Amino acid sequence: MKAVFFDNLAKGGNKMEFKFNWEGNKERVEQLNSFMKEKRYKKGALMMILQEAQDLFGYLPIEIQKMISKELNIPLSEIYGVATFYSQFSLIPKGENVIGVCLGTACYVKGGQDILAKIEEILGITIAETTPDRKFSIDATRCLGSCGLAPVMMINDEIYGRLTVDDVEEILNKYR
Amino acid sequence: MMITIEMLNEIKKKTLKTMTLRLEKKNNGISSINKENVSDKKHVLICGGPGCHSSGADELKKRFEQKIDKEELTDVNVSIAGCFGLCESGPNIEIYPGGTFYSQVKIDDVDEIVEKHLCRDEVVERLLNEGAIKEENIKPVFEVDFYKKQEKIALRNCGIIDYNSIDEYIALDGYQALAKALTEMTQEEVIDIMKKSNLRGRGGAGFPTGRKWETAFKYEADKKYVICNADEGDPGAFMDRSILEGDPHSVLEAMAICGYAIGSDQGYIYVRAEYPVAVQRLKTAIKKAKEKGLLGENIFGTEFNFNIEIRLGAGAFVCGEGTALMESIEGKRGMPRPKINRTAHKGLWGKPTIINNVETLANVPPIITKGAKWLKSIGTEDSPGTKVFALGGKIKNTGLVEVPMGTTLREIIFDIGGGIPNGKKFKAVQTGGPSGGCIPEEFLDTPVDFASLGKIGSIMGSGGMIVLDDTDCMVDIARFFLDFTVDESCGKCVPCREGTKRMLEILERITKGKGTPEDLDRLESLSEAITDSSLCGLGQTASNPVKSTMKYFRHEYEAHVKEIRCPAGSCQELLQFFITDKCVGCTKCANNCPASCISGNLKERHVIDTEQCIKCGTCMEVCPVGAVIKK
Amino acid sequence: MAEITINAKKYQVNSGITILEACNRLGISIPTLCHDDRLEPYAACRLCVVEVKGKKNLQTSCSTKIRDGMVVETHNKRVINARKEVLDLLFSNHPEDCLTCEKAGGCKLQDYCYEYGVEEGTYVGEKKDYHIDDSNPFYTYDPNKCILCGKCVRVCDELQCTNAIGLGNRGFDSKVVTPFDLGLATSNCVSCGNCVAVCPVGALTPKKKEKYRTWEIRKVKTTCSYCGVGCQIELLVKGDKVVGVEPARGTPNDGLLCVKGRFGYSFINHSDRLKAPLIKRNGEFEEATWEEAYDLIIDKISEIKEEYGSESFAGLTSARCTNEENYLFQKMFRALIGTNNVDHCARL
Repeated sequence: MKAVFFDNLAKGGNKMEFKFNWEGNKERVEQLNSFMKEKRYKKGALMMILQEAQDLFGYLPIEIQKMISKELNIPLSEIYGVATFYSQFSLIPKGENVIGVCLGTACYVKGGQDILAKIEEILGITIAETTPDRKFSIDATRCLGSCGLAPVMMINDEIYGRLTVDDVEEILNKYR
Repeated sequence: MMITIEMLNEIKKKTLKTMTLRLEKKNNGISSINKENVSDKKHVLICGGPGCHSSGADELKKRFEQKIDKEELTDVNVSIAGCFGLCESGPNIEIYPGGTFYSQVKIDDVDEIVEKHLCRDEVVERLLNEGAIKEENIKPVFEVDFYKKQEKIALRNCGIIDYNSIDEYIALDGYQALAKALTEMTQEEVIDIMKKSNLRGRGGAGFPTGRKWETAFKYEADKKYVICNADEGDPGAFMDRSILEGDPHSVLEAMAICGYAIGSDQGYIYVRAEYPVAVQRLKTAIKKAKEKGLLGENIFGTEFNFNIEIRLGAGAFVCGEGTALMESIEGKRGMPRPKINRTAHKGLWGKPTIINNVETLANVPPIITKGAKWLKSIGTEDSPGTKVFALGGKIKNTGLVEVPMGTTLREIIFDIGGGIPNGKKFKAVQTGGPSGGCIPEEFLDTPVDFASLGKIGSIMGSGGMIVLDDTDCMVDIARFFLDFTVDESCGKCVPCREGTKRMLEILERITKGKGTPEDLDRLESLSEAITDSSLCGLGQTASNPVKSTMKYFRHEYEAHVKEIRCPAGSCQELLQFFITDKCVGCTKCANNCPASCISGNLKERHVIDTEQCIKCGTCMEVCPVGAVIKK
Repeated sequence: MAEITINAKKYQVNSGITILEACNRLGISIPTLCHDDRLEPYAACRLCVVEVKGKKNLQTSCSTKIRDGMVVETHNKRVINARKEVLDLLFSNHPEDCLTCEKAGGCKLQDYCYEYGVEEGTYVGEKKDYHIDDSNPFYTYDPNKCILCGKCVRVCDELQCTNAIGLGNRGFDSKVVTPFDLGLATSNCVSCGNCVAVCPVGALTPKKKEKYRTWEIRKVKTTCSYCGVGCQIELLVKGDKVVGVEPARGTPNDGLLCVKGRFGYSFINHSDRLKAPLIKRNGEFEEATWEEAYDLIIDKISEIKEEYGSESFAGLTSARCTNEENYLFQKMFRALIGTNNVDHCARL
């Protein structure tokens, strides 16, 4: 059964072997549980809870989705549907540093694609993938709203603007 | 806590004293400074817009404060405000009185500014914005070309007030409109003003706001909702972000006014998660408004209650579509609903719901205080008021501009935007993002309003304006937008899910030199079918970039499919490499060519066999004299 | 009532219904792949588009309500072109294996392509390439044939309330999936086959014991014998053999069935199946007529009643009987045999 799962993931990401570590994530699971208790009666709470889980774990582990399904009494098929619809949710672990290269129009006409290519070249991964050491992952990001600084990329919450291909290596090194 | 109008006016009076210098900017230099009311002598205003913020506005402020402390200047204030608009030259700062406009200010420049400008009243000329010097005269910021033709309604407070200060918002007539609506007007009167003003939705479709409100007002329901659509997803548009970050209270106040008008006590702001700064500032603003009693129960001592919750998007462009956004708030996949009922009748959780975009809402408070006639005196008959545009791409002054409706594209791009940089030629302007089209030079004198842009195959959209120059390939631009749409299609309806994908595949073939003339006909018929039969606005407008580029730049498409040539020299796979007579015959290119298709003798000009060339570009890289070109 | 004009003819129809409903009642056929009158309008397949005067774009008839004075064109050139384009797009991303497809003959995509003259999928490009999910014992799911009408998902959610499947991913990569795409066997699917019943194409097909084509079978409507609900089913009969079951519309089940009624029909053709009563004579069971069997039962009951009295009887009836049958059974025991020793398996 596992094969089908990874086969599906391979469409959007690299094949990664990983297992959710309950023991190591004990505190985070508790945090999520108390968040759920607080929000579960809010209308439309699922999105908020998935966002919180994504923040806490860096991805949405199957085990956590099952836990949310049970707690909120929402069918797992629906949760999986929501988790795979929105691009900010990930089913594979994201890296410590999430790089978003803006592929909005202003950045595109000013060479955003070249910046992305350079990052991909340096890290050896492409969009929606994570480096094997889990240091970096790349997100396809649509317009970050910093068109005045095009081309732009965002690492975690930090924005880097007016980039040239030559800047990339140095910036990435800051996060290694 | 309950607030009264007297208390509101008290805050206004008190806070205005600390803002007098900055008001020079609001009044375009007309100095109404009443000396007695001035509490400080100089004010340093730092831009905290999206661009400048990430270029270090906070650090600048800190450095200014430290240096001012060190110099023991007691009557100088420093504050950060929302976006000044001219992102190109950020980080920007302005110093009042006088409105001296410094640009690209680095942290190391701060000491000099303090020492010279603040201590000795000497302008630091090397840091002045380019546009602030004309024929050796120094112009204040409001006389710089970029700002001169602008008229600010939605952005009225952006770049003036401290976005974290509710008092400063109140000082500039903030929450007066809500007070007026709640205490002096009936629900019908509020709707009536909105209807008479003919304010049209700034999110793209241009639906009259007042009529929408009236529909929701008429339906009886136990619960109604007000949604602020802040899921600004059009690549190249960031006016909503700037308003949310620079003037969050204007949105909150407008939502409360709408809530009162339609009879709702609950608002939601649906913000893109990509805007963490906006979310933070909104949270702060909501908290402060609640503390002051401007949100919550019994606002201004009336029966009216209103609360606002923030909901975050999770990366789906289609959620900018009203019904998809509602699905998303409800915690589902953001797939648009069939339009059986209007959302003003059955919207969020099946209840009457008003959904307005950020810029639309930011227009509401001044309409309530100044009246419908005032708005109608600005802009055009059909499209009253102003519109904010985000200028980007190949334009000198990238940034945000707000101009009266009816301003021509030429005025925006050339007079305000400063034209095309690097001596390139204007080719087209793309308006309306993935739903819009490319407008060629011949239509530059088109006045910008809802109807006129529609007539020439584009749309106003949310106000993104990407300027393209002669190095941009129009087929590739169409391909770029289709790539976006395919990625963002929700997959529900067939024309959008399957059709946009096929359209993208055809465009990809064309840009790779594998297109055929039949492909062009195919694109045309498919475009029609997708527009005609898609479920939501995303699909219905998805082919606009293709349609408009085919209409105005068909020769470029034809060059791609008939001559296998990209006239703009942008499509990599259609380019050919040539060696010019600059060649010194060093043989480097020939030695490095992986396809061994370069021939020539030592110290003689080399030649590339274009038939054999694999276009890897190695020759270009290794050539020491730049003799290899591609065209 | 509202007066509407459809294809230049005036009609009086009930207001409040959709254009599609009105056309169905008036005998104007409009193609649709995603509509099911038991479900909320979904408006995804866009085949049912019609031209409504005054509207810029074509409107889906399944989700547009009739208004008085409405002028509708259901088959003009613009509408037909749009439908053709939709069919072409669907078929371009669909296996071209109609010759061997189990659904051939009963496939709506095939029927509409025939009706609208769409001979091939003319768009060349990426095609779905998924694994076939064969893990359910009763039916097969071939995602490559799925046209994403969403009926299976909605039936599973809204009518069956099992929520075993949902939509995953988005855009061109959308797919009907079980959670984490682990396959039907790992999901909470109860194999009711209600998804199979609504699938308009060959994406969800029952696993057949015997090959048949839709035109080779006749349908015999009968009542399911598994329980007392009395679900109406259609036996699919090829020659003299039952080769499948489909749910019938109308009360009580309205197109739904459970796993037993839907897939548990193979006993019908089983060699061990009793087709006549057996009476043990000289230690061996021998076939008998119903008359002989009833006579024997009556004789034995009378005999025992006379010798041991009414209280020596106890009756246990089955949940597979209807309420009426159960009522008659207890009445027989109380009035005829004279005992209250009667019970029902559902009470245990």
